[in-house]
Amino acid sequence: MRDFLNGLVRLRRGSWEMVATIIIALGVIMLMQPFALWAFTYSFVTTLIGTVMFIIVSHFPE
Amino acid sequence: MSDPTIDRVAAATPAPVARKIRGLSDRAIAWIFVAPTIFLLLAINIFPLIWTIRLSFTNYRANRLNREPEFIGLRNYERILTDSDIWLNMQATAHFLIWTIIFQVLIGFTLAWLINKKFRGNDLWTTIIVLPMMLSPAVVGNFWKFLYQPQIGLFNYITGFFTGRDPSSFEMLGQVDLAPWAIVVVDTWMWTPFVMLICLAGLRSIPDYIYEAAEIDRASKLRQFFTITLPMVLPFLMLAVLFRGIENFKMFDLVVQLTGGGPGSVTELTSINLKREAFEKWRTGYASAYAIILFVTVFGLASIYVKALNRVKDR
Repeated sequence: MRDFLNGLVRLRRGSWEMVATIIIALGVIMLMQPFALWAFTYSFVTTLIGTVMFIIVSHFPE
Repeated sequence: MSDPTIDRVAAATPAPVARKIRGLSDRAIAWIFVAPTIFLLLAINIFPLIWTIRLSFTNYRANRLNREPEFIGLRNYERILTDSDIWLNMQATAHFLIWTIIFQVLIGFTLAWLINKKFRGNDLWTTIIVLPMMLSPAVVGNFWKFLYQPQIGLFNYITGFFTGRDPSSFEMLGQVDLAPWAIVVVDTWMWTPFVMLICLAGLRSIPDYIYEAAEIDRASKLRQFFTITLPMVLPFLMLAVLFRGIENFKMFDLVVQLTGGGPGSVTELTSINLKREAFEKWRTGYASAYAIILFVTVFGLASIYVKALNRVKDR
């Protein structure tokens, strides 16, 4: 956990990729869940943010 | 020592062309070779993608070519993401996706674990198990349509034999409660071998000495399974789950062959719905926005897939 937080502070690829992955997964879950229409509405924006973030942070140093 | 083939090609090259090539740098020659591929990639992949993004902001209809498309901003996206029918299609896709992955992982891993044991006819069994994966989805769809026939279908007979129900009393593809499960069964039948092969690769990558060390430490078979086998196969399993997840999110052919999205719209997965919007209702702008939403989702999942793949490669 400490390594993860250090990675975030020092803009390291691994930690930020993990954050982007979680956002993408959250977006996909929001898209397909059967509980709340508002979550479905905001799913695309969430996935898009996660995907763009993934593309950017994959260029961060290891 | 010179290569005779190179000499022959050099001799056959017309003198003016040879003179021109001699004046080019290695980098320029590399670009000449790569250019046709890049051009095709731009023409077939990138241009349609950019065009689709552009269309997704308009009310363009491909069956009304005389009418100028109007720019309507994010209205298509807004309509799709607040439409409860599309939300239901997403749920149908989620049902299909989740259950196929659960069954394929459980059965695939069990089969891989059994095949990994050394026994007579091991190779023959592997070939037999892998066969469904080799078939075309259209063939599998038709084939299972016959198996699901209430009067003559083998599936209904076998189910009837084990449950005591009359085989013609239920219709797998025609009943609202059974049709979503019917497509899950067929996809599981077809793609479990793929998951099995990936798990088998994972199981075969575990060195024997780890198990020998565990034996010396008197670890039970169950303990060995949970502390050695499962953690070491997990990255491979993750890969299989992601790959099947992406593929099933886009599933079209198999389900169209089997149910065509029916009965009603209980098996209308997103790609079937998208095809209806684009080529039956001709709402091209709306369908483009729909396609972009699906594309971003698949792209996001593919990014995670590539990350998982790299992790497996690093091992």
